[in-house]
Amino acid sequence: MQRKICLIIVALCAAAAAGWAATAALMSVQVKKADVRDTPSFLGNIVSSLDYGARVSVDQENGAWFRVTNPDGTAAGWLHTSALTKKTIVMQAGSGAGGGAQTAASSGEMALAGKGFNADIEKEFKAGHKNIDFKCVDRMEAIKITPAALKAFVKEGGLAAPGGAR
Amino acid sequence: MNRYFLCSVAAAALIVAGCETLDTISNVTTSAAVATGVINKDQADSINRTTSAVGKTFDTITPEQEYWVGRTVAATILATFKPYDSEAANHYLNVVGQYLALCSDRPETFGGYHFQIMDSDEINAFAAPGGLILVSRGLLRCCPDEEAVAGVLAHEIGHVELKHGLKSIDKSRMTGALTTVLSEAGKNLGGKELAEATKAFEGSITDITSTMINSGYSRSFEFQADAAAVHILKNAGYDPNGLVVMLSEMEKRLKPGGTDFAKTHPDPRVRIDKVKAEIGTIPAVAPSSARQARFAKALRGV
Repeated sequence: MQRKICLIIVALCAAAAAGWAATAALMSVQVKKADVRDTPSFLGNIVSSLDYGARVSVDQENGAWFRVTNPDGTAAGWLHTSALTKKTIVMQAGSGAGGGAQTAASSGEMALAGKGFNADIEKEFKAGHKNIDFKCVDRMEAIKITPAALKAFVKEGGLAAPGGAR
Repeated sequence: MNRYFLCSVAAAALIVAGCETLDTISNVTTSAAVATGVINKDQADSINRTTSAVGKTFDTITPEQEYWVGRTVAATILATFKPYDSEAANHYLNVVGQYLALCSDRPETFGGYHFQIMDSDEINAFAAPGGLILVSRGLLRCCPDEEAVAGVLAHEIGHVELKHGLKSIDKSRMTGALTTVLSEAGKNLGGKELAEATKAFEGSITDITSTMINSGYSRSFEFQADAAAVHILKNAGYDPNGLVVMLSEMEKRLKPGGTDFAKTHPDPRVRIDKVKAEIGTIPAVAPSSARQARFAKALRGV
């Protein structure tokens, strides 16, 4: 009797694992560039980075951080969940795998990169609004604070180290 | 037998979770972690909030699209409020702000968080979608120290995190042409489609900028951003009372009838009461001469 219950539990757990794999184990990077870290913290060392749309498998969770691996194994480490989406991001023709884009978008589980508001629309907008200067925004985006500078700032100011959503 | 029962319940819970959304899984795991004392309730809420933000399907606008909206919103505002070109002051604002963003529930946006001072004596600040944050010299003058600056920036990060800018896009627009533009599949837009998409885009930008500059967000959005700010400041190790200090100074400086925060934000006094309640009882944070020195050096001329 006990053995039977054990078998049932094992079967249930296997089914649960399969269900998890089918629904949430694969995710996509939804930001321009995501730095992968060696610990689940923004103060962790950056070990690699992943581009927009990169697919990753999630093998461990720690609060708001997921440990991920990309298919070829060149990037493995921790990403904050805000950099990830469950959707598959389909890159448009010329920028990656473009096949199946039409069905993908209608399924609601996929997003087309560059679809909707994009650089083309900004260009059109600029043409119609010559008084609006985007150079200020480009300059804003160009300001980069290195991880080393941030760490030094935290240390000098006697502030707590951020672990993301701890 | 009791042990088997518990195992079965756990296995069943996992299966249910496997079939449901990520939110459910997160809630199940965090509840279990709270029950077993691994994490406390606040930490669990924080995790669930973040996971929920990842898992929500209502987001028609992707972070990439949000980024393009944010750029044009910021550019539009900077056509009226010119940028203040002090490299040292802007750099300082970016270090403080980017650190705070990392301590928020939404540390990663498509293009990241960036901060810029506006050359204006008005008491004003704007958070464009995706994390382009603009703060006036007038508002920075309400800040006697780094904690107060952090309070200002954390409030604006709260608006970005909660997507208040995007939520100002007219609802009818979201159910009309814009939906097609955002979700329709296929090739690059042709001439007529591009013109239509640009029109929908322009309309969205106007909805957001006129809300931010003229009418202001709802009071509840402002209180939500204040609550998010307190959460961020605590995570970052700043004394959240910096926000109270800044609001008290703002109260003294706001001119009745002004077109800035006097018009677009709830009375600082009301905000102070709510912020204090949000802060609750916390251990004292030691003042730091290093923080005061770098604050004074960077924002001296502002």
